[in-house]
This record gives sequence, structure tokens and C-alpha cells, in this order.
Amino acid sequence: MVTVYNLIGGLQMGSIYALIALGYTMVYGIVRLINFAHGDIMMVGAYAIYFAMGTALMQAVAGVSPLLAGVLSVLFAVVLCVTLGVLMDRIAYKPLRNAPRISALITAIGISLALEISAQLIFGSGQLSFPTIVPKVTLFKVGRRSVNLLEILTLAVSVLLMIGLNAFVQTTRTGKAMRAVSEDQGAAMLMGVNVDKTISITFGIGCGLAAVGSVFYAQKVYYVTPLLGMLPGLKAFVAAVLGGIGSIPGAVLGGFIIGMAETFIKYYASEYVDAMVFGILILVLLFRPSGILGAKTKEKV
Amino acid sequence: MMLRVKGLNVYYDAIHALKDVSFEVNEGEIVTLIGANGAGKTTTLHTISGLLRAKTGQIMFMEKEIQNVPAHEILKMGLAQVPEGRRVFTRMTVLENLEMGAFARKDRSAFAGDMERVFQSFPRLKERRKQIAGTLSGGEQQMLAMGRAMMSSPRMIMLDEPSMGLSPILVDEIFSIIRSIHEHGTTVLLVEQNAQMALSIADRAYVLETGHVVLQGSAREMLDNEDVRRAYLG
Repeated sequence: MVTVYNLIGGLQMGSIYALIALGYTMVYGIVRLINFAHGDIMMVGAYAIYFAMGTALMQAVAGVSPLLAGVLSVLFAVVLCVTLGVLMDRIAYKPLRNAPRISALITAIGISLALEISAQLIFGSGQLSFPTIVPKVTLFKVGRRSVNLLEILTLAVSVLLMIGLNAFVQTTRTGKAMRAVSEDQGAAMLMGVNVDKTISITFGIGCGLAAVGSVFYAQKVYYVTPLLGMLPGLKAFVAAVLGGIGSIPGAVLGGFIIGMAETFIKYYASEYVDAMVFGILILVLLFRPSGILGAKTKEKV
Repeated sequence: MMLRVKGLNVYYDAIHALKDVSFEVNEGEIVTLIGANGAGKTTTLHTISGLLRAKTGQIMFMEKEIQNVPAHEILKMGLAQVPEGRRVFTRMTVLENLEMGAFARKDRSAFAGDMERVFQSFPRLKERRKQIAGTLSGGEQQMLAMGRAMMSSPRMIMLDEPSMGLSPILVDEIFSIIRSIHEHGTTVLLVEQNAQMALSIADRAYVLETGHVVLQGSAREMLDNEDVRRAYLG
């Protein structure tokens, strides 16, 4: 029973971590940069939904159909985060393409702080209660554990997005350009690939996925704060490293492993959960720095 | 005139890599740049294809100035490069590599025909089209890199050390393919350390030494030139 109980929770958290980890891994794959502002993009997504749901327009829409209002608000958050991702690349990272890597890393931390402080200035530093987008409905029961709509929706939407992303990267023209750029930027240029555009698209996709992750995460915890993205962002980063940074299937696998591990650890020793997740990071870095599915490389960040 | 390079000066930070390099390639020619390691051959090609920028100088391709055109636009103008060390996409299949070669093509209709032509020139690639490029042998990767460049149907192709690291039999095969690419109407600019092979198929040659063009002439003259023989033909 304990196992089933935690399995469902683990799949839910795993989906969220996987969605965020994809952004880390895709960006790393293409520009060899750990975008430490990525967790904060998720926070921006959560505030965007909070903001949209509070507008008079969405209140009116919600009067007719709460579902439609929720979907439109999430779409608003996705569009905002995609735009933010592209702007972040263009304004902050593009000028640093040929700079030492530490410059881009410091910039990432700077953007992270800027986003957190902006959220504080606009919405205050306290917790705000997150609106109900996914109604609290029990769908079915496994033994005594009831499974609700949010848990199923989180898993289903995430899995669909991951399948879609994989198909996109494997088969479309832009997806192939992304793979080519991630392997050899110069050779990709010689094929006529616009490398800067391809990198911006990658940032955009990663941030869009984080926005989807934000609705599921904020809906689960039912609040938003300016630091909402910090811990899940770091854990998703651990997931990406565990799976093998740069590898898309690795990020998904790592996300689910971290989600499961966290849920099971929480059940037995809730006060140690964060320490143990970061303990996993230390173990991976010590014994298998390339991660489970990552390519063996000599370079380290 | 297909390509005219005039007074090119390229720097790597403080290092002056190309010093007033000028040369030209006429339509339908095979021209070779020969010279020792570090003479500036690859730098020259990278500057033409836009991967590097010249500090001063002019590059005209088919009557258009291209020294400020972004690299990804230059291929679309009809100028392809097969880079040194092949640089195929090792994690993609042979077929996907060839598709990347046609990435810039607008007319999708010509795609199948180009692919068929590449497979005719390189039957080995056809057999291995589903294989991951990283698992090909060095010679096969060189063929793939050349096939990939041909997928853009270029007016002119620049080859950087196509014989590097290959066995003599494969070198012969690669050079006969270069000849056939040329016979199909593509102008060729060939960079080689294997000066003997390069001069055997070229119309004209330029000799680069520490960033300078020190000698130029017909391939025949070069083969007879005492200095060239001593320095490069051993």
C-alpha cells in the first residue's frame, strides 16, 4: 500500500521535474551552458497564471467556463515564458557566445536574481494563493489511495509533451538543425543553419516546457512566491545531471528517478529529503559524472 | 570569375595568420592551395566560408562581395565547404547527414535527384544510409562529408585536406571522385598537404607560406619548379 501511495506521488513529481530538466538539458546540449535561471522561468510561469486568472477578462471567461479560463491562462504563461527565454538568450547570452564559460554562468545567476527580485517588486515577497486551474476531483481509487485529476493530468500532459518533443527533435527540419548545432556549430553553419536562431528556438522550447511544469507544480502546492522555482529548479538540474546532461531521454529518466526517490524518502524521513536529493548529485558527480545516458566527455563544468 | 580574394588579412588575436592573401578561381577550374602545416590554408577557407572574419580585404563570389555575409547565407549562394577532419554529424545517420547537406535548399523537388546522384558517386553510402555516421570508417566519413556538401548543389566546392589520414587506395578513390564532381560542372578549390596528388588534378596552384602567397602558376609549372619540388614534393 505504501508503495502504491508513493508511486503515484512519485510519478507526479517526476513528471514535473522531467519537464523542467528538459530545459536544462536542451540548453546545455546546444550551448554548453547550465542556465541557472531556468527554475525562475518556472516561477514566472506560475505568477503569469496567477496574474492572468486575476484579470477582469479571465474572471468573465471563468464565469462561463472555468476550464477555458484555466487553459487560456496557461497558454498566456507559455507564450510569456517562451518570449522570455528567447529574449534572455538574445540579450544576455548571445553577446557571451565566445566569452569564457564562467561569464555565462555568472550571467545565469544574475538573471536568476533579477527575475526573483522583479517578482518581489511586482507581487511582494509573501506567498500568494494559487488559483484552482485543475478542479479537485478524485478519479479513481487504488486500494485506499484516491487518485485525483491533477495527478493524472500532470503525468498525461508531461508524457505527451515528451513524446512530442522527441518526435520534433528527431524528425523536423528545425529539430535536426538543433541536433546538428549541438554536435558541431561550425559544421552546422556550413550546412546553412542559422545557429543563433536555432539556439533561441531551443531556449524558447525549454522555457515553454517550464511554464507547463509551473502550472502543475503551483497547483500541487497551491501557492506562489518569488522563490518558488528555486528548489524544484535545483532538483530538476540534479535530474538532468543524473540522466546525463545534454540527453533528452536522460532528462526524462532522471526526472522520474528524482521524483520517485524524493517521494519515497519523504515518506520515511521527510526532514532529510532535500539533503538526500542533493546527495544523489554528489554521488553522480563522484562516480558517473556523465550521468546514466550521457555521452562520455572529458569536459566538466 | 567565380571567386576572387583580394588583400585578405586575418588575425587570431595578436597572431597575423593571413597577410595580404590574394588569389582567384575561374569558373570550371580546379585550383589548389598547397603549403605546410600552419601556412594558413584552412584559415583561408574558413574566412571565405564565413566561419572567420577578415580584418581587411575583399572576397567576391560570383560578382558579389561576401566578406560580411553570415556563414549560413554563403552556402545558399552556391559555395560549399568540406571541412578539415570531415566533421560529419557523428550522432546522426548517413541519411540525416545528407539531409543536413540539403538544409538550405528551397526547391525540395530536386532533393531526390541529388540524393540519387550522391549515391551513384558513393555506392557505399547507399548501403550504409541507416547507419550512425560515427560508426563509419575514416574513408567513408570523408565520402559522407563530400556527399553532404554536394547535396546543396553548389556552384563551387572547397575541400580541406580530403586525403588526410586515408590509405593510398582511398586517396586515389577520393581524388577520382573530386575529378568527377568537377566534370559534372562544379568548380573546385582544393587545399592539400599532399601536393603531389593535388597538383596532379589541378589546373592552377598557389603556394602559401606563413600566411603569404609566395608562388603561383599552372599545376604543370609547379610540378617542374625546383623550390616546390624540394619543399613539398620531397
